[in-house]
Order: sequence, then C-alpha cells, then structure tokens
Amino acid sequence: MRKLLTGNEAIALGAYEAGIHYAAAYPGTPSTEILENLAKYKEEIIAEWAPNEKVAVESALGASIYGARSLAAMKHVGLNVAADPFFSSGYTGVNGGLVLITADDPGLHSSQNEQDNRYYAKFGKVAMVEPSDSQEAKNMVKIAMEISEKFDTPVLMRLTTRVCHSKSLVEVGEREEVPIRPYKKNLGKYYLAPAVAKQLHVKVEERLKKLEEFSNETDLNYVEWNDKKIGIISSGIAFQYAKEVFKDKASYLKLGFTNPLPMDKIKKFAEEVETLYVVEELEPFIEEQVKAAGIDCIGKDKIPNVWELNPEIVEKSLLGKEREVIEYDKSIVVNRPPTLCAGCPHRAFFYELSKRKDTIITGDIGCYTLGGAEPLNAMDTTICMGASISAGHGMERLIDGYDDNKRVVSVIGDSTFFHSGMTSLLDVVYNKSNTITCVLDNRITAMTGHQDHPGTGYTLQGEPTKMANIAEIAKALGIEHVKTVNPLELKELKAAFDWAYSLDEPSVIISRWPCALKRLSEYDKKEFDYKPGKCEVDQEKCIGCKICVNTGCPAIYFDKEAKKSSINAAQCVGCELCMQVCPVKAISEVGE
Amino acid sequence: MAETKSILLVGVGGQGTILASRILSEGLVEAGYDVKMSEIHGMAQRGGSVSTQVRYGDEVFSPIIGRGEADVLVSFEAMEALRWLEYLKPDGKVVVNNYKIPSAPILMGKEEYPEGVIDIIKNKADTSIINAAEIAEELGNMKVMNIVLLGALVEAMNLSDIDWEKTIKNNIKEKFIDINLEAFERGKNAI
Ligand code: SF4
Ligand code: SF4
Repeated sequence: MRKLLTGNEAIALGAYEAGIHYAAAYPGTPSTEILENLAKYKEEIIAEWAPNEKVAVESALGASIYGARSLAAMKHVGLNVAADPFFSSGYTGVNGGLVLITADDPGLHSSQNEQDNRYYAKFGKVAMVEPSDSQEAKNMVKIAMEISEKFDTPVLMRLTTRVCHSKSLVEVGEREEVPIRPYKKNLGKYYLAPAVAKQLHVKVEERLKKLEEFSNETDLNYVEWNDKKIGIISSGIAFQYAKEVFKDKASYLKLGFTNPLPMDKIKKFAEEVETLYVVEELEPFIEEQVKAAGIDCIGKDKIPNVWELNPEIVEKSLLGKEREVIEYDKSIVVNRPPTLCAGCPHRAFFYELSKRKDTIITGDIGCYTLGGAEPLNAMDTTICMGASISAGHGMERLIDGYDDNKRVVSVIGDSTFFHSGMTSLLDVVYNKSNTITCVLDNRITAMTGHQDHPGTGYTLQGEPTKMANIAEIAKALGIEHVKTVNPLELKELKAAFDWAYSLDEPSVIISRWPCALKRLSEYDKKEFDYKPGKCEVDQEKCIGCKICVNTGCPAIYFDKEAKKSSINAAQCVGCELCMQVCPVKAISEVGE
Repeated sequence: MAETKSILLVGVGGQGTILASRILSEGLVEAGYDVKMSEIHGMAQRGGSVSTQVRYGDEVFSPIIGRGEADVLVSFEAMEALRWLEYLKPDGKVVVNNYKIPSAPILMGKEEYPEGVIDIIKNKADTSIINAAEIAEELGNMKVMNIVLLGALVEAMNLSDIDWEKTIKNNIKEKFIDINLEAFERGKNAI
C-alpha cells in the first residue's frame, strides 16, 4: 500500500517498522510531528516529550546503551542545546541503534537562525544520512539503525523543512520486531573519564575510516548516468531541485550518506563528466571537501548560501535563465504578518507591560515573541530558548552596577521555562540581580501546535502525570517573591507589576491563563473559570480613540471613514480585554 | 505522458487551505499520479499568509513551485491572490474567492485594503471569480468555503473524473460529509 506522507510522518513510520523501542524530543518546527506520530504506537514504542533537547538525547543514549533501538528528534537549534551529549555519544558509540534527527530550517520559516547542521556530523565524527523525500526518509531510518549498530556510531539524520513538511508517496511495510540487545557493563566504552576517552578517540578515528569505505560502497550514494557534459553532485532536497531543472540532461551523483563523503566515488564521477556542479542548500559542506580533495567544481560561487533553495534559483544560478512572470505592481499588496490570536492571554500581558516606562524587556522563543511586533512593541531582545532570563540578568547586573534607573523584565513561556529557563532563574538568584521574570504560562507548548510538557499534567502518550508547579519551582530556586495572576484582569496585572517594581530583590510573576486555542483539559476546567462569549462596540458611544485597536486583537476593526471601531463576532472569544481598556465603556459583553 | 502540473493554493491561516490540499492530493494519488505536496507551518499559521503547493504528473521531483510556474492559482482570499500572482504561469488560470480578510495593518487603520484587486488580476490572467462565502453561507456553514473552492479548482483543472466523493468522505467528519459534498458540487458549478 502506498500513502502520501510528510517526511516527518514517514520517519515515524520508518522508526516503527525498524523496530525502535524508545524515542524522545522537545517540540520544534519543523521536527515536531516526528514524535507526535511515533506516540501512536503505544504498544511497541515508548515516546516522550523531554523538557529540552539535551535531555532527549541523553535519554535516547541511555536507552541505546541499555540495548534498545532509540531515536531523538529536534530542530536545528535544538542540536546546539544537545551538543554536549551529542559529542560524547560520538565517543561512547551505541549498543542498540541510535539515530539523532536534526531538522534544519533553510529560509527561517520559523527559527531564529539558519544554521547548516551537516557540519555537526563532521565535527562530532559520526555517520550522517540525508533523505530527499518521504520514501527515502522512511527507508533511511531503518538503514541508519543498521549502520549505527554495525559501526558502533550514532547516526545523524539531517532533514530540512521541505523534507519534513512536504508529502510524497511512501510504500507502507511491516514492523520488524528487533530484540533489545543484552546490556553489559563496559567501562572502557561508556565511562568517559579522560583516560578512557583518550583511547576512544583512537577508535573514533578508525571508525571514520571504515565509515568512509562504507560510504564508497553503499547504494545510498549512487550514480545516475545521462548526458556527461554536466555532472551534478547533490544531496537532500537540493537533489530534487537539480533534477527538476536538469532532468536527464545531466548525470547525477546522489548522496544519501554524507559523512564521511565517498571520496573515491566522487573522484571517479568527476573524471567522467565535463563540468561538475555541486548543488546543495545553505553551506558548501560537500563542495569544500570536494575542492580540498583537489577536484574542480562549481557551487557556491554561483548558488547562494543564504535562504532556502528552489528550482528557480538553481536554474538561474547555473544556467542563467530568467523566468517569464506576470508583471504587476506588487506594492499595493498589504503585508499580512502573523499575530497573537483573538483572546490570547499574552496580548493582555504585553498590553499592560508596554505601558511601563524605563523598562528593558528581554524576550524568548514562542508565540509570545510576537509581543515584540506592532502594535504592542513590548520587547527588546529575542535570542534563543531560555536566554530571556539570563540576558536580562546580565543587563540588570550592569544597570545595578552603573546606577541606572531602568528595570529589566524577562519574559518566558511555560514550556520554555522548563526547557532552559530554570537554570537561568537560578543564576538570577545566585548572582543577585533584581530582575522581574514573567512566566507566561498558557498551559501548553502553543507555538508548535499544542504539545504537552511537564506543567500540563499529561505525557505525550496521553497518560496523566504529576503536574510541575512553576511557582513552587521558582521558590525552590530561591525566588522569595512569587505571584500568580490572571493576565485578562488588567488591574490585577498592573498591581503585580507595581509590586515587582517596588522590590529590591528578584521576583517572578506567573501570568497564568490557557492559550485561546487550547482544548481545555480536565485540570484546566477545574482551575479556570472560563466562559466563552462575545463583545460588541456600541457605535454611538465609540469616540474613535483607537485604544482598543492598539491592543492588536485581530477581531477588532477600525473603520477609517466612520472613525469607529467594531468587533468581528466570528473571531471574538469574549476575553474582555478591549472592554477593560475602552475609556468610555463603549464595549460590552453580549449574549452568552 | 502526463507532464507535471502545479497547483498553488493560498489564503489566510485558519481558512482550511491545508485540508483542501490534502483532499486534492489524495484524489490525485487515487487517480494514479505521482504527487508531491508542500506546506509550511509555524509562525505563519497565526493569521499570516499561508500557501500549500501540490504538484502531480508521472514523476514529480521538486515539491515546491517557483515563480511563473503554477498552472492554477487558487486563492481563498482576494488580496492573497495578488500577493502570489507572480507564481502563476503567464498563461495559467486564477480561481479567486471574492472574499476579503483584512490583515493586521488594515485592522489597525494603518493601511487600506487595496482597491480593485480582482480587476487587476482579471486584466493579467484568465480568472474565475467564485463567491465562495455566499455559497457557504447559503449552505449554513462558513467553514465549507474551502471545499467550494476545491470544487471550482477540480472543474478548472478538468479533474472531474476522479472519485472526489470518496476522498472527501475519507477526510471529513461523518456529520459534516453531506454539507461538504454539496459545497463541492456548488463549487464545481460556480465556474
Ligand atoms: S476604546 Fe472604546 S471609544 Fe476608543 S475606539 Fe475603542 S471602542 Fe471606541
Ligand atoms: S473581547 Fe475584545 S480583545 Fe477579546 S477577543 Fe473579543 S474583540 Fe478581542
């Protein structure tokens, strides 16, 4: 049976068929759906959300050492978080197969940078595979497990957004039940004391030589002969773009196994063709090595190393062809930026916070990053997960030291707090800065599409579990001043800010209300007095001051002609934020 | 044999473009084509501009459509059609929903919804205008707008031979099947 699957769905299916036993991840676009799809196989696979990628990789490594086939998945920046265990796993090697998935995001569809994680495989001296479509993604999980076990190496599987999120046809197979390998205590392998690691480094180098032999032999790296005037070396989605442009007017060396590279195969291929192109997305990972081996090729001097590649760019860069497109004045099209949803609790929070003078707001990664955009403009920095609190701490130390009267407010989400905010908060306490940390607890990992986390009370596979309590964690970390507020009550929020600004010690404000799109859990129903409704503007009373409009709620529309605002009933969820800000009480709740 | 065809579906986050593309792709698979579909989630979903891309033929390589390459551009919202028009082949077709959703800068009164968008498109390309919102309203559920447009697309691409009823049934909750099948028919006849 053939099915149309995304790369992520195909990987989950491939992992299932490959008989894996354990998988862990922290959600991150574009990798999130891998674990969501694996979670369905409750009988066969233990699938978990970890609080961050480092924990996910460490757990998967532990499961592998025990003898299980294991997998950890993350978005590209997640591998930075997990870099520490990743490099160590290169030394320990595995027992049961271990596949680590990194989903890069060329084009920054949903990320803070555009790094090319293929370099990690080379840096960590581990095997790497790169699928070009869903069928390959599925097949490669299984092959990667075998490579991992055969060569005693973790295998890095490098995907990109287009492979993760595009659908193509996949042949569905059966699960192969793979027994858990016996575990034997082995200090010379798993105990990375300096003396042991020193010996292991030698083994890692030997392994690389064997892996290179394999790379030259494996069918994952194959040649497709056509016209020999042009030869193209390519991998991943870039291979599809090259084929789209050149079809059978060029010969291809398609690389599915990309670390170490099959240098012999590359040399032979290069000798046979007249002009050699390397077509790859982002960095010249292949090209640099090909050139270092003394082989002439054309790559990044023509193809850009920024942003996502596509067939048009390949065609234009290598063949100089311009496409014929319809000409028109595009400037009249108004931008459509993403916004915080109608009824989003973050909007109320940022609306109130943005009124504060002399405040630096350090932000973080999540839906609430949008609080930095118009009209709220309530953010100064966004760096990476967890950095809001530590960057805020660094600033506040300087402010304290140089007697400035500014204050720093660090803003972080609930899932992000568990991810890497906790250690930063401990730093605040330990190094004594009086930052104000605000945990925007909307009860779910909202940005990536509503995944559970230690604070929701449920595991990935739907089991009820102990619910982590952010207030108690903050206290346990040494914060003495902790307050929990409902952000949709602006007065309460303002009072909390007044209170925090008046303190000479660090404080934590937990702004707690479920995401407007969240399906409420049993816990939520008990905790939150939630009543959906609608608000309406009395056109008579409205004075057109635009204050409600400036909350940025997408349900509120300002009619320039009439100079009045109105509310779109289809979108409004009745959060009453606009009601609270209207100076003339023109807005009221209607209906149920 | 069948050369690769490219369909670009664009709209605003929350309009159901992804569901429509999924049904479209599954129907094409059933009909025996090689199919690739690409969608991007993440930030864009929160009220932003979204696109899904479907390509089918004997053998499809790239899952994405470049500028000047789409055979059909189906826009679930009027202004979005203009945003993506450069992706249409100069001799391609536009199926546009005559329905406006103001974006954030427009809601805030900072910019105006552009005037005469549909006229501009009509002057540049072979265009079918569909009043999908009216049809959906008549049927009693605004949400089926996406299936009305799917029906129009199927007609515009001469894909009526495929068993769409089956794929719609596979993808829609039991109690909404009838209204969606009707929406699909109305869309087909609207073109
Ligand atoms: S805040 Fe009140 S008075 Fe001002 S524009 Fe909005 S509804 Fe009208
Ligand atoms: S009550 Fe006001 S702020 Fe809240 S969703 Fe409705 S229109 Fe938006």
